[in-house]
Amino acid sequence: MLEHYLNLAIRAMFVENMALVFFLGICSFLAVSRKVETALGLGIAVVFVETLTVPLNNLLLNHLLAEGALGRLHPGFADVDLTFLSFIVFISTIAATVQIVEMVLDRHFPALHMSLGVFLPLIAVNCAILGGSLFMSERDYDFVESVVFGFGAGFGFLLAIVALAAIRERLTYSNPPAGLRGLGITFVSVGLMSIGFLMFSGIQL
Amino acid sequence: MKWLPEREWLGKREWRAMADPVFDNNPILLQMLGICSALAVTTKMDKALVLGVSVIVVAGLASLVVSLIRKITPHTIRIIVQLAIISSLVIVVDQVLKAYLYEISLELSVFVGLIITNCLILGRTEGFAMQNPPWISFIDGIGNGLGYAVLLLIVGFVRELLGSGRLFGYPVLTPVNEGGWYTPAGMFLLAPAAFFIIAAIIWALRAWKPEQQEKD
Repeated sequence: MLEHYLNLAIRAMFVENMALVFFLGICSFLAVSRKVETALGLGIAVVFVETLTVPLNNLLLNHLLAEGALGRLHPGFADVDLTFLSFIVFISTIAATVQIVEMVLDRHFPALHMSLGVFLPLIAVNCAILGGSLFMSERDYDFVESVVFGFGAGFGFLLAIVALAAIRERLTYSNPPAGLRGLGITFVSVGLMSIGFLMFSGIQL
Repeated sequence: MKWLPEREWLGKREWRAMADPVFDNNPILLQMLGICSALAVTTKMDKALVLGVSVIVVAGLASLVVSLIRKITPHTIRIIVQLAIISSLVIVVDQVLKAYLYEISLELSVFVGLIITNCLILGRTEGFAMQNPPWISFIDGIGNGLGYAVLLLIVGFVRELLGSGRLFGYPVLTPVNEGGWYTPAGMFLLAPAAFFIIAAIIWALRAWKPEQQEKD
């Protein structure tokens, strides 16, 4: 059993890395990876929010939207299937979670809020977060699996963005052709990192 | 068409709003918007085309609706309002795809839903539609969607042609294992190739238009 969860986490982190294999969250991946420090901040915020929202959405999906889930309230609702509403429910959960987390951090952990604060609003529209919930619903994960998957996916994103930021700090000293400067050379480096992550494909514990 | 007010519906300004994002100010290549979901679906042209058209539809309609209600939207909750509008439109698109293009909708899997967080659409509704009248916002949304779709199709063309020797599923370069001469470069179907192709397109575009180069 433990093996199953470990396997799921490793797969979410490396084999199916959100940023480098599924291209999710690439917008902020490229925009916030100029310095290792800020990249680490965004990465931690992603891990945090993803670990919270994927299980939360899992509960909502299975106990509110799934076919027959409302039957408990009233027998007449027994064949109501609301799964088509899952997109709007997922994105609202994510936006609300981000808002609540921000308020809690602001009130109780001001130091943490100072360092993560600017990234939290960005996260509401980070594809990696919504992507996590959508993968969860597509692959029918149960609650524990979704906790593990959420954490793994977020942690994979953290690893990738910190690594990219470290590479980009070094790239400042390089001298690429004028047309490749900035964005172009960043894409080349991301491609090379992606090749590196391909080596993990097929790993099973 | 008596009920339409007399005015120039497709004047110079509208054409500029439509064509600018495609070449001069491509949202993906210059502003790095909406790249998230763009790359995973480009292994085949038909997937790229379907996603591109979906994004055009959602971007155009979302800009139109956001612009129509921009004067009565409270400033503090405008992002939530925009997200709600966009996700409702995406739900409609998703249901239509599931009804009429079921096979492709299975292959696109989560990427239809990810149109919601496509920064391109939210960027246009927040950056343009909130300040401008409905018609020009609609055109602007369509134009930016077009810029996105064109890039998707270019990447899809390169990847499908070199990766499997086909275009829209039809064999163009007959692969070796079907009795032809072309050995498919499987590398192009994998994730890294998409990044390299984008880098090459950026390089080509910036060599052609040097004013887009970054200085640092």
